[in-house]
Amino acid sequence: MLEVKGLKVSYGGINAVKGIDLEVRAKEMVTLIGANGAGKTTTLKALAGLLKPAEGRVHYNGRDITGRPAFELVRQGLALVPEGRGVFARLTVKENLEMGAYSRGDRARIATDFDRVYALFPRLAERRRQMGGTLSGGEQQMLAIGRALMSRPNLLLLDEPSMGLAPLMVRRIFETVRAIAAEGVTLLLVEQNAKAALETCHRGYVMESGLIALADTAPELLNNPRVRQAYLGE
Amino acid sequence: MDIFLQQLVNGVVLGAIYALVALGYTMVYGILGLINFAHGEVVMIGAMVALTVIQLLLASGVPLPGPVVAAIGLAAAIPTCMLLGFAIERVAYRPLREAPRLAALITAIGMSIVLQNVAMIIWGRRYHSVPSLLPVTPHQFAGATITDLQIFIVLLAALIMAGLLYLVHRTRLGRAMRATSQNPEVAGLMGVNINTVISMTFIIGSALAAVAGLMVSAYYGVAHYVMGFMLGLKAFTAAVLGGIGNLGGAMLGGLLLGVIESLGAGYIGTLTGGFLGSHYQDVFAFTVLILVLVFRPSGLLGERVTERS
Ligand SMILES: Nc1ncnc2c1ncn2[C@@H]1O[C@H](COP(=O)(O)OP(=O)(O)OP(=O)(O)O)[C@@H](O)[C@H]1O
Ligand SMILES: [Mg+2]
Repeated sequence: MLEVKGLKVSYGGINAVKGIDLEVRAKEMVTLIGANGAGKTTTLKALAGLLKPAEGRVHYNGRDITGRPAFELVRQGLALVPEGRGVFARLTVKENLEMGAYSRGDRARIATDFDRVYALFPRLAERRRQMGGTLSGGEQQMLAIGRALMSRPNLLLLDEPSMGLAPLMVRRIFETVRAIAAEGVTLLLVEQNAKAALETCHRGYVMESGLIALADTAPELLNNPRVRQAYLGE
Repeated sequence: MDIFLQQLVNGVVLGAIYALVALGYTMVYGILGLINFAHGEVVMIGAMVALTVIQLLLASGVPLPGPVVAAIGLAAAIPTCMLLGFAIERVAYRPLREAPRLAALITAIGMSIVLQNVAMIIWGRRYHSVPSLLPVTPHQFAGATITDLQIFIVLLAALIMAGLLYLVHRTRLGRAMRATSQNPEVAGLMGVNINTVISMTFIIGSALAAVAGLMVSAYYGVAHYVMGFMLGLKAFTAAVLGGIGNLGGAMLGGLLLGVIESLGAGYIGTLTGGFLGSHYQDVFAFTVLILVLVFRPSGLLGERVTERS
Protein backbone atom coordinates (compact mmCIF):
# COMPACT_ATOMS: atom_id res chain seq x y z
CA MET A 1 0.00 0.00 0.00
CA LEU A 2 2.87 2.36 0.86
CA GLU A 3 6.28 1.91 -0.66
CA VAL A 4 9.19 4.21 0.08
CA LYS A 5 12.49 4.00 -1.78
CA GLY A 6 15.63 5.97 -1.01
CA LEU A 7 13.81 8.79 0.75
CA LYS A 8 15.98 11.76 1.66
CA VAL A 9 14.66 14.87 3.36
CA SER A 10 16.62 17.90 4.45
CA TYR A 11 15.99 21.19 6.21
CA GLY A 12 18.02 23.75 4.37
CA GLY A 13 21.41 22.10 4.39
CA ILE A 14 20.76 19.68 7.24
CA ASN A 15 19.95 16.12 6.17
CA ALA A 16 17.38 14.75 8.59
CA VAL A 17 16.45 11.64 6.60
CA LYS A 18 19.32 10.19 4.63
CA GLY A 19 17.88 7.60 2.27
CA ILE A 20 15.44 5.13 3.74
CA ASP A 21 13.37 2.26 2.34
CA LEU A 22 10.12 1.40 4.00
CA GLU A 23 7.03 -0.59 3.17
CA VAL A 24 3.57 -0.86 4.66
CA ARG A 25 1.20 -3.46 3.24
CA ALA A 26 -2.56 -3.17 3.29
CA LYS A 27 -4.17 -3.81 6.73
CA GLU A 28 -0.77 -3.98 8.34
CA MET A 29 0.26 -2.24 11.56
CA VAL A 30 3.83 -1.05 11.29
CA THR A 31 5.79 0.96 13.81
CA LEU A 32 8.74 3.26 13.35
CA ILE A 33 10.76 3.70 16.52
CA GLY A 34 13.95 5.55 17.31
CA ALA A 35 15.60 8.03 19.60
CA ASN A 36 14.91 11.75 19.75
CA GLY A 37 15.98 13.48 16.56
CA ALA A 38 16.31 10.23 14.59
CA GLY A 39 14.12 11.62 11.81
CA LYS A 40 10.79 9.90 12.48
CA THR A 41 8.64 13.02 12.35
CA THR A 42 10.49 14.22 9.28
CA THR A 43 9.75 10.91 7.58
CA LEU A 44 6.04 11.04 8.38
CA LYS A 45 5.79 14.66 7.27
CA ALA A 46 7.39 13.81 3.96
CA LEU A 47 5.01 10.86 3.49
CA ALA A 48 1.98 13.03 4.29
CA GLY A 49 3.05 15.78 1.91
CA LEU A 50 4.09 18.41 4.43
CA LEU A 51 7.74 18.28 3.39
CA LYS A 52 9.13 17.78 -0.10
CA PRO A 53 11.68 14.98 -0.30
CA ALA A 54 15.10 15.90 -1.62
CA GLU A 55 15.43 12.46 -3.21
CA GLY A 56 13.63 9.15 -3.41
CA ARG A 57 10.18 7.96 -4.38
CA VAL A 58 6.99 7.39 -2.44
CA HIS A 59 4.30 5.15 -3.93
CA TYR A 60 0.87 4.90 -2.40
CA ASN A 61 -1.70 2.45 -3.78
CA GLY A 62 0.58 1.99 -6.76
CA ARG A 63 0.64 5.70 -7.55
CA ASP A 64 3.72 7.89 -7.32
CA ILE A 65 2.83 10.55 -4.76
CA THR A 66 6.33 11.94 -4.26
CA GLY A 67 6.14 15.66 -3.50
CA ARG A 68 2.33 15.83 -3.72
CA PRO A 69 0.89 18.34 -1.22
CA ALA A 70 -0.90 17.15 1.91
CA PHE A 71 -4.31 18.51 0.93
CA GLU A 72 -4.30 16.23 -2.12
CA LEU A 73 -3.15 13.13 -0.28
CA VAL A 74 -5.86 13.28 2.37
CA ARG A 75 -8.41 13.06 -0.46
CA GLN A 76 -6.72 9.81 -1.49
CA GLY A 77 -7.13 8.41 2.01
CA LEU A 78 -3.71 9.14 3.47
CA ALA A 79 -4.01 10.97 6.79
CA LEU A 80 -1.49 12.06 9.44
CA VAL A 81 -2.15 12.67 13.12
CA PRO A 82 0.69 15.14 13.70
CA GLU A 83 3.16 15.20 16.54
CA GLY A 84 1.83 17.47 19.28
CA ARG A 85 -1.75 16.79 18.08
CA GLY A 86 -2.31 20.03 16.20
CA VAL A 87 -5.78 20.57 17.60
CA PHE A 88 -7.31 23.86 16.45
CA ALA A 89 -7.44 25.59 19.82
CA ARG A 90 -10.03 28.19 18.87
CA LEU A 91 -12.35 25.87 17.01
CA THR A 92 -14.89 23.83 18.92
CA VAL A 93 -14.52 20.07 19.20
CA LYS A 94 -17.29 19.69 16.65
CA GLU A 95 -15.65 22.16 14.27
CA ASN A 96 -12.35 20.34 14.63
CA LEU A 97 -14.08 17.14 13.57
CA GLU A 98 -15.79 18.96 10.72
CA MET A 99 -12.36 20.08 9.56
CA GLY A 100 -11.40 16.42 9.50
CA ALA A 101 -14.18 15.80 6.99
CA TYR A 102 -13.24 18.88 4.97
CA SER A 103 -12.00 16.84 2.02
CA ARG A 104 -15.27 14.90 1.67
CA GLY A 105 -18.51 15.74 -0.05
CA ASP A 106 -20.73 12.85 1.07
CA ARG A 107 -22.80 14.60 3.72
CA ALA A 108 -24.86 11.62 4.79
CA ARG A 109 -21.82 9.44 5.44
CA ILE A 110 -20.14 12.29 7.30
CA ALA A 111 -23.06 12.31 9.73
CA THR A 112 -22.61 8.60 10.44
CA ASP A 113 -18.89 9.12 10.89
CA PHE A 114 -19.61 11.76 13.53
CA ASP A 115 -21.60 9.13 15.41
CA ARG A 116 -18.80 6.64 14.95
CA VAL A 117 -16.16 9.00 16.36
CA TYR A 118 -18.41 10.03 19.24
CA ALA A 119 -19.01 6.35 20.01
CA LEU A 120 -15.28 5.70 19.99
CA PHE A 121 -14.62 8.75 22.18
CA PRO A 122 -17.72 9.55 24.28
CA ARG A 123 -15.70 12.26 25.99
CA LEU A 124 -15.61 14.21 22.72
CA ALA A 125 -19.38 14.01 22.42
CA GLU A 126 -19.73 15.53 25.87
CA ARG A 127 -17.40 18.36 24.95
CA ARG A 128 -18.47 18.96 21.39
CA ARG A 129 -19.23 22.65 22.00
CA GLN A 130 -16.02 23.35 23.91
CA MET A 131 -13.02 24.99 22.30
CA GLY A 132 -10.30 22.52 21.34
CA GLY A 133 -7.76 24.44 23.40
CA THR A 134 -9.69 23.82 26.63
CA LEU A 135 -9.33 20.02 26.40
CA SER A 136 -6.83 18.02 28.43
CA GLY A 137 -3.85 16.46 26.68
CA GLY A 138 -5.50 13.07 26.42
CA GLU A 139 -8.73 14.54 25.13
CA GLN A 140 -6.81 16.53 22.55
CA GLN A 141 -5.14 13.35 21.36
CA MET A 142 -8.56 11.69 21.06
CA LEU A 143 -9.72 14.71 19.09
CA ALA A 144 -6.70 14.59 16.81
CA ILE A 145 -7.29 10.89 16.11
CA GLY A 146 -11.05 11.33 15.75
CA ARG A 147 -10.47 14.22 13.38
CA ALA A 148 -8.18 12.12 11.21
CA LEU A 149 -10.81 9.33 11.15
CA MET A 150 -13.35 11.85 9.85
CA SER A 151 -11.39 11.88 6.59
CA ARG A 152 -12.05 8.11 6.24
CA PRO A 153 -8.37 7.21 5.83
CA ASN A 154 -7.11 3.99 4.29
CA LEU A 155 -3.63 4.65 5.62
CA LEU A 156 -3.26 6.45 8.93
CA LEU A 157 0.10 7.83 10.03
CA LEU A 158 0.33 8.51 13.75
CA ASP A 159 3.16 10.56 15.23
CA GLU A 160 3.69 9.77 18.92
CA PRO A 161 0.06 9.62 19.97
CA SER A 162 1.02 8.63 23.54
CA MET A 163 3.44 11.50 24.06
CA GLY A 164 3.01 13.30 27.36
CA LEU A 165 0.00 11.27 28.50
CA ALA A 166 -0.66 9.57 31.82
CA PRO A 167 -0.23 5.74 31.81
CA LEU A 168 -3.96 5.10 31.90
CA MET A 169 -4.51 7.38 28.92
CA VAL A 170 -1.57 5.80 27.08
CA ARG A 171 -3.29 2.43 27.43
CA ARG A 172 -6.55 3.88 26.12
CA ILE A 173 -4.81 5.37 23.12
CA PHE A 174 -3.16 2.05 22.24
CA GLU A 175 -6.51 0.27 22.60
CA THR A 176 -8.01 2.82 20.25
CA VAL A 177 -5.21 2.34 17.76
CA ARG A 178 -5.92 -1.42 17.77
CA ALA A 179 -9.65 -0.78 17.34
CA ILE A 180 -8.96 1.44 14.34
CA ALA A 181 -6.77 -1.22 12.77
CA ALA A 182 -9.49 -3.80 13.41
CA GLU A 183 -11.78 -1.71 11.22
CA GLY A 184 -9.41 -2.26 8.33
CA VAL A 185 -7.32 0.91 8.46
CA THR A 186 -3.64 0.42 7.68
CA LEU A 187 -1.36 2.01 10.26
CA LEU A 188 2.12 3.43 10.44
CA LEU A 189 2.83 4.35 14.04
CA VAL A 190 5.76 6.43 15.25
CA GLU A 191 6.39 5.94 18.95
CA GLN A 192 8.82 6.70 21.74
CA ASN A 193 7.07 4.04 23.75
CA ALA A 194 8.82 1.26 21.83
CA LYS A 195 7.59 -1.57 23.99
CA ALA A 196 3.91 -0.76 23.62
CA ALA A 197 4.36 -0.02 19.93
CA LEU A 198 6.11 -3.33 19.21
CA GLU A 199 3.55 -5.24 21.25
CA THR A 200 0.78 -3.61 19.22
CA CYS A 201 2.19 -3.79 15.70
CA HIS A 202 3.09 -6.56 13.25
CA ARG A 203 6.39 -5.19 12.07
CA GLY A 204 8.79 -2.47 13.03
CA TYR A 205 11.57 -0.26 11.73
CA VAL A 206 14.23 1.17 13.96
CA MET A 207 15.55 4.55 12.88
CA GLU A 208 18.91 5.94 13.91
CA SER A 209 20.21 9.35 12.80
CA GLY A 210 18.27 9.50 9.58
CA LEU A 211 18.71 5.87 8.51
CA ILE A 212 16.85 2.61 9.05
CA ALA A 213 19.08 0.60 11.37
CA LEU A 214 16.85 -2.46 11.74
CA ALA A 215 13.74 -3.82 10.08
CA ASP A 216 12.00 -6.93 11.31
CA THR A 217 8.79 -8.41 12.65
CA ALA A 218 7.70 -6.93 15.95
CA PRO A 219 8.30 -10.11 18.02
CA GLU A 220 11.83 -10.42 16.62
CA LEU A 221 12.58 -6.81 17.42
CA LEU A 222 11.23 -7.29 20.94
CA ASN A 223 13.78 -10.09 21.38
CA ASN A 224 16.62 -8.30 19.66
CA PRO A 225 19.31 -7.54 22.27
CA ARG A 226 20.23 -4.29 20.59
CA VAL A 227 16.64 -3.11 20.63
CA ARG A 228 16.18 -4.30 24.20
CA GLN A 229 19.18 -2.37 25.33
CA ALA A 230 18.65 0.84 23.39
CA TYR A 231 14.89 1.19 23.34
CA LEU A 232 13.37 -1.06 25.95
CA GLY A 233 15.56 0.16 28.79
CA GLU A 234 17.26 -3.10 29.64
CA MET B 1 -28.10 71.89 17.08
CA ASP B 2 -26.41 69.59 19.51
CA ILE B 3 -22.74 69.33 18.58
CA PHE B 4 -22.14 66.22 20.61
CA LEU B 5 -24.97 64.27 19.04
CA GLN B 6 -24.18 65.56 15.58
CA GLN B 7 -20.53 64.57 15.83
CA LEU B 8 -21.56 61.21 17.22
CA VAL B 9 -23.75 60.59 14.16
CA ASN B 10 -20.96 61.68 11.83
CA GLY B 11 -18.51 59.54 13.76
CA VAL B 12 -20.63 56.43 13.39
CA VAL B 13 -20.83 56.93 9.63
CA LEU B 14 -17.09 57.45 9.35
CA GLY B 15 -16.52 54.55 11.73
CA ALA B 16 -18.59 52.21 9.59
CA ILE B 17 -16.30 52.97 6.66
CA TYR B 18 -13.16 52.55 8.75
CA ALA B 19 -14.49 49.24 9.98
CA LEU B 20 -14.97 47.89 6.46
CA VAL B 21 -11.39 48.78 5.57
CA ALA B 22 -9.99 47.60 8.92
CA LEU B 23 -11.53 44.17 8.29
CA GLY B 24 -9.33 43.79 5.23
CA TYR B 25 -6.20 44.47 7.27
CA THR B 26 -7.23 42.20 10.08
CA MET B 27 -8.27 39.25 7.91
CA VAL B 28 -4.96 39.20 6.08
CA TYR B 29 -3.03 39.66 9.31
CA GLY B 30 -4.99 36.84 10.93
CA ILE B 31 -4.05 34.41 8.21
CA LEU B 32 -0.56 35.50 7.12
CA GLY B 33 0.67 37.62 10.02
CA LEU B 34 1.30 40.32 7.44
CA ILE B 35 0.25 43.97 7.36
CA ASN B 36 -0.94 44.49 3.81
CA PHE B 37 -0.03 48.15 3.47
CA ALA B 38 -1.35 48.16 -0.08
CA HIS B 39 -4.89 47.67 1.19
CA GLY B 40 -5.57 51.43 1.38
CA GLU B 41 -4.70 51.64 -2.31
CA VAL B 42 -7.25 48.94 -3.09
CA VAL B 43 -9.84 51.20 -1.48
CA MET B 44 -8.66 54.09 -3.64
CA ILE B 45 -8.78 52.00 -6.85
CA GLY B 46 -12.30 50.94 -5.87
CA ALA B 47 -13.33 54.56 -5.52
CA MET B 48 -11.70 55.54 -8.82
CA VAL B 49 -13.19 52.69 -10.82
CA ALA B 50 -16.65 53.32 -9.40
CA LEU B 51 -16.32 57.03 -10.12
CA THR B 52 -15.18 56.43 -13.70
CA VAL B 53 -18.12 54.14 -14.40
CA ILE B 54 -20.51 56.61 -12.78
CA GLN B 55 -19.16 59.49 -14.86
CA LEU B 56 -19.47 57.46 -18.05
CA LEU B 57 -23.05 56.53 -17.21
CA LEU B 58 -23.99 60.11 -16.44
CA ALA B 59 -22.30 61.36 -19.60
CA SER B 60 -24.06 58.76 -21.73
CA GLY B 61 -27.32 60.55 -21.02
CA VAL B 62 -29.19 57.35 -20.22
CA PRO B 63 -31.82 58.43 -17.69
CA LEU B 64 -31.10 56.19 -14.71
CA PRO B 65 -31.99 56.97 -11.13
CA GLY B 66 -29.03 58.00 -8.96
CA PRO B 67 -28.99 54.93 -6.73
CA VAL B 68 -28.95 52.65 -9.80
CA VAL B 69 -25.97 54.55 -11.23
CA ALA B 70 -24.18 54.19 -7.88
CA ALA B 71 -24.99 50.48 -7.78
CA ILE B 72 -23.59 49.95 -11.27
CA GLY B 73 -20.44 51.83 -10.28
CA LEU B 74 -20.10 49.58 -7.29
CA ALA B 75 -20.76 46.49 -9.37
CA ALA B 76 -17.78 47.44 -11.51
CA ALA B 77 -15.52 48.36 -8.60
CA ILE B 78 -16.06 45.19 -6.58
CA PRO B 79 -14.78 42.63 -9.12
CA THR B 80 -11.95 44.97 -10.14
CA CYS B 81 -10.76 45.19 -6.55
CA MET B 82 -11.22 41.45 -6.00
CA LEU B 83 -8.99 40.78 -8.97
CA LEU B 84 -6.50 43.36 -7.75
CA GLY B 85 -6.38 41.87 -4.24
CA PHE B 86 -5.89 38.41 -5.70
CA ALA B 87 -3.08 39.68 -7.94
CA ILE B 88 -1.34 41.58 -5.13
CA GLU B 89 -1.09 38.41 -3.08
CA ARG B 90 0.08 36.28 -5.99
CA VAL B 91 2.65 38.74 -7.29
CA ALA B 92 3.91 40.49 -4.18
CA TYR B 93 3.38 38.28 -1.14
CA ARG B 94 3.26 34.62 -2.19
CA PRO B 95 6.85 34.50 -3.44
CA LEU B 96 7.92 35.88 -0.04
CA ARG B 97 5.85 33.53 2.11
CA GLU B 98 8.97 31.87 3.54
CA ALA B 99 11.10 35.03 3.51
CA PRO B 100 11.84 37.13 6.61
CA ARG B 101 9.01 39.38 7.76
CA LEU B 102 10.82 42.55 6.88
CA ALA B 103 10.99 41.57 3.20
CA ALA B 104 7.22 41.21 3.03
CA LEU B 105 6.70 44.47 4.88
CA ILE B 106 8.93 46.39 2.50
CA THR B 107 7.19 44.74 -0.44
CA ALA B 108 3.84 45.82 0.96
CA ILE B 109 4.96 49.43 1.12
CA GLY B 110 6.44 49.13 -2.37
CA MET B 111 3.17 47.71 -3.67
CA SER B 112 1.32 50.62 -2.16
CA ILE B 113 3.57 53.13 -3.93
CA VAL B 114 3.28 51.27 -7.23
CA LEU B 115 -0.51 51.30 -7.06
CA GLN B 116 -0.60 55.01 -6.22
CA ASN B 117 1.57 55.75 -9.20
CA VAL B 118 -0.48 53.59 -11.53
CA ALA B 119 -3.58 55.42 -10.32
CA MET B 120 -1.88 58.74 -10.86
CA ILE B 121 -1.06 57.79 -14.44
CA ILE B 122 -4.63 56.65 -15.14
CA TRP B 123 -6.60 59.27 -13.25
CA GLY B 124 -4.18 62.16 -12.98
CA ARG B 125 -3.12 64.20 -9.99
CA ARG B 126 -6.24 66.28 -9.64
CA TYR B 127 -9.07 65.90 -7.20
CA HIS B 128 -12.15 64.40 -8.81
CA SER B 129 -15.48 65.53 -7.53
CA VAL B 130 -17.95 62.75 -6.95
CA PRO B 131 -21.54 63.54 -7.94
CA SER B 132 -24.17 62.97 -5.29
CA LEU B 133 -26.36 60.12 -6.40
CA LEU B 134 -28.25 59.45 -3.22
CA PRO B 135 -30.60 62.07 -1.82
CA VAL B 136 -28.78 64.13 0.78
CA THR B 137 -32.05 65.35 2.25
CA PRO B 138 -31.35 65.99 5.90
CA HIS B 139 -33.54 64.31 8.48
CA GLN B 140 -33.84 65.88 11.90
CA PHE B 141 -33.13 63.42 14.60
CA ALA B 142 -33.05 64.48 18.27
CA GLY B 143 -31.26 67.71 17.51
CA ALA B 144 -28.86 66.27 14.94
CA THR B 145 -29.20 65.97 11.18
CA ILE B 146 -28.62 62.78 9.29
CA THR B 147 -28.79 62.35 5.52
CA ASP B 148 -30.07 59.45 3.47
CA LEU B 149 -26.53 58.86 2.29
CA GLN B 150 -25.32 58.55 5.88
CA ILE B 151 -28.11 56.18 6.81
CA PHE B 152 -27.43 54.13 3.73
CA ILE B 153 -23.68 53.91 4.44
CA VAL B 154 -24.27 52.67 7.98
CA LEU B 155 -26.93 50.14 6.97
CA LEU B 156 -24.95 48.73 4.07
CA ALA B 157 -21.79 48.46 6.19
CA ALA B 158 -23.74 46.70 8.94
CA LEU B 159 -25.26 44.29 6.44
CA ILE B 160 -21.88 43.49 4.91
CA MET B 161 -20.29 42.93 8.31
CA ALA B 162 -23.11 40.63 9.37
CA GLY B 163 -22.60 38.71 6.13
CA LEU B 164 -18.87 38.44 6.77
CA LEU B 165 -19.41 37.16 10.31
CA TYR B 166 -21.83 34.57 8.93
CA LEU B 167 -19.31 33.51 6.30
CA VAL B 168 -16.44 33.19 8.75
CA HIS B 169 -18.32 31.49 11.57
CA ARG B 170 -20.96 29.42 9.83
CA THR B 171 -19.64 28.21 6.50
CA ARG B 172 -17.14 25.60 5.36
CA LEU B 173 -14.92 28.25 3.78
CA GLY B 174 -15.01 30.31 6.97
CA ARG B 175 -14.07 27.30 9.05
CA ALA B 176 -11.16 26.63 6.71
CA MET B 177 -10.10 30.27 7.04
CA ARG B 178 -10.13 30.09 10.82
CA ALA B 179 -8.30 26.77 10.81
CA THR B 180 -5.67 28.11 8.43
CA SER B 181 -5.09 31.17 10.57
CA GLN B 182 -4.60 28.97 13.63
CA ASN B 183 -2.39 26.32 12.07
CA PRO B 184 -1.83 26.32 8.31
CA GLU B 185 0.13 23.07 8.31
CA VAL B 186 -2.61 21.11 10.06
CA ALA B 187 -5.24 22.81 7.90
CA GLY B 188 -3.35 21.35 4.94
CA LEU B 189 -3.53 17.91 6.52
CA MET B 190 -7.31 18.32 6.70
CA GLY B 191 -7.45 18.81 2.93
CA VAL B 192 -7.48 22.60 2.88
CA ASN B 193 -5.57 24.11 0.00
CA ILE B 194 -4.20 26.98 2.00
CA ASN B 195 -3.23 28.94 -1.09
CA THR B 196 -6.88 29.01 -2.09
CA VAL B 197 -7.90 30.12 1.38
CA ILE B 198 -5.29 32.88 1.38
CA SER B 199 -6.44 34.05 -2.05
CA MET B 200 -10.05 34.06 -0.86
CA THR B 201 -9.05 36.16 2.14
CA PHE B 202 -7.51 38.79 -0.10
CA ILE B 203 -10.46 38.66 -2.49
CA ILE B 204 -13.05 39.12 0.25
CA GLY B 205 -11.11 41.89 1.97
CA SER B 206 -10.74 43.67 -1.37
CA ALA B 207 -14.46 43.45 -2.07
CA LEU B 208 -15.09 45.22 1.24
CA ALA B 209 -12.45 47.76 0.25
CA ALA B 210 -14.27 48.51 -3.00
CA VAL B 211 -17.49 49.22 -1.12
CA ALA B 212 -15.64 51.40 1.38
CA GLY B 213 -13.96 53.26 -1.49
CA LEU B 214 -17.24 54.30 -3.05
CA MET B 215 -18.68 55.13 0.36
CA VAL B 216 -15.86 57.39 1.42
CA SER B 217 -15.62 59.21 -1.89
CA ALA B 218 -19.39 59.71 -2.02
CA TYR B 219 -19.40 60.88 1.58
CA TYR B 220 -16.71 63.52 1.13
CA GLY B 221 -17.59 64.18 -2.49
CA VAL B 222 -13.98 63.77 -3.71
CA ALA B 223 -11.64 61.09 -4.95
CA HIS B 224 -7.92 61.40 -5.39
CA TYR B 225 -5.07 59.02 -6.11
CA VAL B 226 -3.55 59.36 -2.62
CA MET B 227 -6.85 59.11 -0.75
CA GLY B 228 -6.07 55.50 0.18
CA PHE B 229 -2.97 56.39 2.12
CA MET B 230 -4.48 58.24 5.07
CA LEU B 231 -7.62 56.13 5.04
CA GLY B 232 -5.48 52.98 5.06
CA LEU B 233 -3.41 54.20 7.99
CA LYS B 234 -6.52 55.05 9.95
CA ALA B 235 -8.17 51.73 9.21
CA PHE B 236 -4.97 50.00 10.23
CA THR B 237 -5.10 52.01 13.47
CA ALA B 238 -8.69 50.87 13.93
CA ALA B 239 -7.65 47.25 13.43
CA VAL B 240 -4.86 47.62 15.99
CA LEU B 241 -7.21 49.39 18.39
CA GLY B 242 -9.68 46.50 18.21
CA GLY B 243 -6.97 43.84 18.33
CA ILE B 244 -5.44 42.95 14.97
CA GLY B 245 -6.47 39.56 13.68
CA ASN B 246 -9.84 39.80 15.39
CA LEU B 247 -12.89 40.49 13.19
CA GLY B 248 -15.10 41.87 15.97
CA GLY B 249 -12.13 43.96 17.03
CA ALA B 250 -11.83 45.56 13.59
CA MET B 251 -15.52 46.46 13.65
CA LEU B 252 -15.36 47.89 17.16
CA GLY B 253 -12.06 49.63 16.50
CA GLY B 254 -13.38 51.22 13.31
CA LEU B 255 -16.49 52.50 14.99
CA LEU B 256 -14.61 53.83 18.00
CA LEU B 257 -11.99 55.53 15.89
CA GLY B 258 -14.64 57.21 13.75
CA VAL B 259 -16.42 58.49 16.83
CA ILE B 260 -13.23 59.62 18.58
CA GLU B 261 -12.12 61.46 15.49
CA SER B 262 -15.47 63.16 14.93
CA LEU B 263 -15.89 64.22 18.52
CA GLY B 264 -12.30 65.36 18.61
CA ALA B 265 -12.75 67.43 15.48
CA GLY B 266 -15.96 68.88 16.89
CA TYR B 267 -14.39 70.02 20.10
CA ILE B 268 -10.75 70.71 19.26
CA GLY B 269 -11.46 74.36 18.47
CA THR B 270 -13.18 74.97 21.80
CA LEU B 271 -10.59 72.98 23.70
CA THR B 272 -7.62 74.86 22.29
CA GLY B 273 -9.31 78.24 22.37
CA GLY B 274 -9.44 78.32 18.58
CA PHE B 275 -5.72 77.62 18.22
CA LEU B 276 -6.29 74.33 16.37
CA GLY B 277 -9.14 73.87 13.89
CA SER B 278 -11.13 70.78 12.91
CA HIS B 279 -8.72 70.07 10.05
CA TYR B 280 -6.44 68.71 12.75
CA GLN B 281 -8.76 65.75 13.07
CA ASP B 282 -6.07 63.35 11.80
CA VAL B 283 -4.16 63.96 15.01
CA PHE B 284 -6.67 61.89 16.95
CA ALA B 285 -6.27 58.69 14.99
CA PHE B 286 -2.54 58.65 15.48
CA THR B 287 -2.75 59.66 19.10
CA VAL B 288 -5.00 56.65 19.54
CA LEU B 289 -2.51 54.44 17.68
CA ILE B 290 0.35 55.53 19.91
CA LEU B 291 -1.69 55.13 23.09
CA VAL B 292 -2.81 51.63 22.09
CA LEU B 293 0.68 50.55 21.15
CA VAL B 294 2.04 51.83 24.44
CA PHE B 295 -0.68 50.72 26.84
CA ARG B 296 -2.47 47.82 25.23
CA PRO B 297 -0.59 46.49 22.18
CA SER B 298 -2.96 43.55 21.90
CA GLY B 299 -5.89 45.92 21.36
CA LEU B 300 -9.28 45.93 22.98
CA LEU B 301 -10.40 42.45 21.95
CA GLY B 302 -7.04 40.87 21.09
CA GLU B 303 -6.04 37.99 23.30
CA ARG B 304 -2.35 38.34 22.81
CA VAL B 305 0.12 39.58 20.27
CA THR B 306 1.65 36.56 18.61
CA GLU B 307 4.87 37.03 16.74
CA ARG B 308 4.90 34.07 14.43
CA SER B 309 8.42 33.21 13.44
N1 LIG C 1 12.24 22.53 11.05
C1 LIG C 1 13.47 22.03 11.20
N2 LIG C 1 14.55 22.71 10.79
C2 LIG C 1 15.78 22.21 10.92
N3 LIG C 1 16.06 21.02 11.44
C3 LIG C 1 15.04 20.28 11.88
C4 LIG C 1 13.69 20.74 11.79
N4 LIG C 1 12.88 19.78 12.30
C5 LIG C 1 13.68 18.79 12.69
N5 LIG C 1 14.98 19.07 12.44
C6 LIG C 1 16.13 18.21 12.72
O1 LIG C 1 15.96 17.03 11.97
C7 LIG C 1 16.35 15.90 12.73
C8 LIG C 1 15.19 14.91 12.79
O2 LIG C 1 14.12 15.49 13.49
P1 LIG C 1 12.74 14.77 13.69
O3 LIG C 1 11.81 15.74 14.31
O4 LIG C 1 12.33 14.15 12.42
O5 LIG C 1 13.11 13.65 14.73
P2 LIG C 1 12.16 12.63 15.52
O6 LIG C 1 12.71 11.31 15.27
O7 LIG C 1 10.76 12.86 15.19
O8 LIG C 1 12.46 13.06 17.01
P3 LIG C 1 11.47 13.10 18.29
O9 LIG C 1 11.45 11.73 18.84
O10 LIG C 1 12.14 14.06 19.21
O11 LIG C 1 10.14 13.58 17.83
C9 LIG C 1 16.76 16.43 14.08
O12 LIG C 1 18.16 16.51 14.11
C10 LIG C 1 16.15 17.79 14.16
O13 LIG C 1 16.96 18.64 14.94
MG1 LIG D 1 9.15 13.47 16.25
